[in-house]
Amino acid sequence: MSVAASWYLTLAAVLFTIGAVGLLVRRNVLVMFMCIELMLNAANLTFVTFARELNDLGGQVAVFFVLVVAAAEVVVGLGIIVSIFRRRPGATADDANMLKG
Amino acid sequence: MIHAAFLIPTLPLAGFCLLALFGRRLGNPLAGYVATGAIAGSFVVTVLVFAALFTHAPASRIVVEPWFTWFSVDRLSVSVGLQIDPLSMTMAAFVTGVSALIHLYSIGYMAHDRQFTKFFLYLNLFVFSMLMLVLSDNFLVLFFGWEGVGVCSYFLIAFWFERPTAASAGKKAMIYNRIGDAGFLVALFLIYERTGSLQFTQVFARLGHLSGSNLAAIALLLFVGAVGKSAQLPLFPWLADAMEGPTPVSALIHAATMVTAGVYLMCRINPVLHLSPDAAHTIAWIGVATAFIGATAGCAQTDIKKVLAYSTISQLGYMFLAAGCGAYTAAIFLMLAPAFYKALLFLGAGSVIHAMDDEQDIKKMGALAALMPLTAFSFLIGWFSIAGVPPLSGFWAKGAVLENAWAVSPALWAAGALTAVITAYYMGREYLLVFTGEARWTARHDPASHSGGQPTDPRRVMTFPLVVLSVCSVFGGLIDIPWHPHLDFLARWLAPVVGANELVHHETSGAVVGFAVVEGALAVTGVALALVLWRGVVNRPALEPRFLLLAWCIDTAYDRFIARPSEAMAAFTASVLEVRVIDGAVNAVAGLARATGSRARRLQTGYVRSYALGLVAGTVVLIAYLLVRVKG
Repeated sequence: MSVAASWYLTLAAVLFTIGAVGLLVRRNVLVMFMCIELMLNAANLTFVTFARELNDLGGQVAVFFVLVVAAAEVVVGLGIIVSIFRRRPGATADDANMLKG
Repeated sequence: MIHAAFLIPTLPLAGFCLLALFGRRLGNPLAGYVATGAIAGSFVVTVLVFAALFTHAPASRIVVEPWFTWFSVDRLSVSVGLQIDPLSMTMAAFVTGVSALIHLYSIGYMAHDRQFTKFFLYLNLFVFSMLMLVLSDNFLVLFFGWEGVGVCSYFLIAFWFERPTAASAGKKAMIYNRIGDAGFLVALFLIYERTGSLQFTQVFARLGHLSGSNLAAIALLLFVGAVGKSAQLPLFPWLADAMEGPTPVSALIHAATMVTAGVYLMCRINPVLHLSPDAAHTIAWIGVATAFIGATAGCAQTDIKKVLAYSTISQLGYMFLAAGCGAYTAAIFLMLAPAFYKALLFLGAGSVIHAMDDEQDIKKMGALAALMPLTAFSFLIGWFSIAGVPPLSGFWAKGAVLENAWAVSPALWAAGALTAVITAYYMGREYLLVFTGEARWTARHDPASHSGGQPTDPRRVMTFPLVVLSVCSVFGGLIDIPWHPHLDFLARWLAPVVGANELVHHETSGAVVGFAVVEGALAVTGVALALVLWRGVVNRPALEPRFLLLAWCIDTAYDRFIARPSEAMAAFTASVLEVRVIDGAVNAVAGLARATGSRARRLQTGYVRSYALGLVAGTVVLIAYLLVRVKG
């Protein structure tokens, strides 16, 4: 028994919205980071869904690319976050506004 | 022997190079003798080539000696070559001869100068340039020499550049010459454009194809160059200021050789002048006006060298009068004769200045005849020569000019004759103030000096040139005596170059004698006038008006109508245009950038969430747009 593609797409849309809203409303840097991951995986889910629906491997390949990028991003992003916390424990995203014009 | 002609300019160049490389090691006075030797060698070669040319038949006395190709561009190929003909050889002979004497004199005159070798370095370079000018077979190399003598003139006027007056006199000479050179350059362009060549023989052969206005333009533009170089109206003030240079320089460059380059140019382009009589008459009138203004200005000067400077301007005006009247032989004759007596007068003045410890004011001299008999006597000869007292050289030279002026227009003759009287008068004034009357100076009483403080005749290296030049001044007139068809040596010698275009006026022998008597009388009148007015008198304010002292206020006029407006414009530009317009534009651009930045920087809040919101909003707008498009 196969689940209709629309369910997957709906799930992906919900996940993406949660991620986007979370990114906008939360101040905790780690939570914002996880929200980004959430959005990336929502996009991945969409890719996979369409790959199956259209019988096209290209979608699955794209997922691999996204995963690689996400992994690289985690390395860099976590590095930055850790260094911020080291200097200012309990900092929020709004505390790092040194690039204000 | 003619092939040796290339040695004539090469020897001074070699002297220059030698002095440039080893001058300091040669030192004083050896460097001076080396330089003099180079010029003397050049003079000897010139005489030999001159003699070789003399053996040619008159019809084949124009020899073009190609040397090397300077450059070749498209159709224009300029070669450096020497044109050996009677005109160029006459010029070369007197340039090298007078230069050699003045070099010799300079060894004595500059003996105490710290920059002794540099002085001779410049002099040799000058002689080289002057010889390239007169010997060149084309206009471009002539122009090279023309600029060369100009730059040497600048170096030498400003030789004592520690004096602000000398430095500014040098600049003044350079600027006035540049105005003339602009005309010369345009003439060169026009000649090349119209005839396709710059070589004299080729250009003159193609003159027939040129329109009258082109010919007149070429003649007048070249004349503009000559006006600058030869100090004619209205560009003459630089020559009076050029007296700031050492006296041998004044004698060599600003009396005998360089300033005659313009006259030489006019004689060289005689085929052009012949075909455009209007241009020639313009030249004659400017010449006679300059002669008159120069002579009157000379009447009121108090500086011993300035009198001579204005007299040079006046004599040069006479030469242009001759060239403009088509009397090229007379012009050359009048160039040779002053080369002797002007050089003589300048060197005499130099001896006086040297003896008087650099005093140049004739009002502070007097009674020097007894102390400096040789100088005084040679100066007397110079005075009588320039006055045109028969039978000295000036009489013959001036007579040749005036006769031709009469044939063109009696008005020209009258102006010339009046100038002749004034010339005799102001030179007499100078002689009487310097050498006679009471002594208006005090002896130095310097026991260390060789003369015990009294002014004396200079040492032999300086008096020898005076003697030679005196002899030349007395007998120089013999080279062209118009009274007998076998005695006009110069006219027959120059005939291959200028003869075809010379306006020949065969006066009856009675008229010739009549002219001679009138001119002799004019000279004697001037001399007598000077004796009556200035014997034992020091000041006659009525005869020395300020207007003449300032040379008809031409400098003042330039100052008021050109220099002051230029300065005012520069001040306006500096204080208004620069500050308001140029700086304003730059500041406005900077202000605009800053204002834009100060508004745009507010977008950079530094909050990650606001950037994220921007991203989301942008994406939403983009998707909405795509949806609308797809549906529509």
